[in-house]
Amino acid sequence: MRTRTLRANMDSSSTGIQEPFDLIRLSLSERVFVKLRGDRELTGVLHAYDGHMNLILSDVEETIMIVDQVEGVPEGHSTVNIAKRKMDMLFVRGDGVILVSPPSRT
Amino acid sequence: MDESTPPPPPAPPAEPSPPPPPPPVATSGSPTDFLKNVVGKKVVVRLTSGVDYRGILSCLDGYMNIALEQTEEHVNGRVTNRYGDAFIRGNNVLYISAAEAL
Repeated sequence: MRTRTLRANMDSSSTGIQEPFDLIRLSLSERVFVKLRGDRELTGVLHAYDGHMNLILSDVEETIMIVDQVEGVPEGHSTVNIAKRKMDMLFVRGDGVILVSPPSRT
Repeated sequence: MDESTPPPPPAPPAEPSPPPPPPPVATSGSPTDFLKNVVGKKVVVRLTSGVDYRGILSCLDGYMNIALEQTEEHVNGRVTNRYGDAFIRGNNVLYISAAEAL
């Protein structure tokens, strides 16, 4: 009879993370990177979040990647224009969020 | 006492010895079992957009929100970004693939 050890949360002992939202909780007041739908990225200081991943960010820089599809140019060789803008305070609706990356905790 | 043959020693029980149960195969069971087994392992998370994230699965929740460590973002087979930690919102997830033996 082999006993199976419950390995849930086993690997998180080093990081103290039990659920994915812990990663966000540990990033409060830190500068985070947010990848959004529509080829947009944000970096800003995380002030608040909720279960929808609605976010409040301050001191935000938004990067918008605009891919120009040129006829006859193979995919991957089309030019990418990058637009940037800054905002002091921003509410991000959660459903646009793809990925949030906290500053590296090294 | 005549030398009557002593009764033969009782035959050892026939030891039916059922074949040992096959070792548990980590790839069987419910999807939840799979997810429990891949926590702490290298995985590939593919989003509906086609972007892949390769990293160590630290945890996930019922929405399939995912926390990854040592994450590489792959677009069209090329590494486009690296994150020490990454939170992926579950609605974007297409699949989670084990990238090492379970």
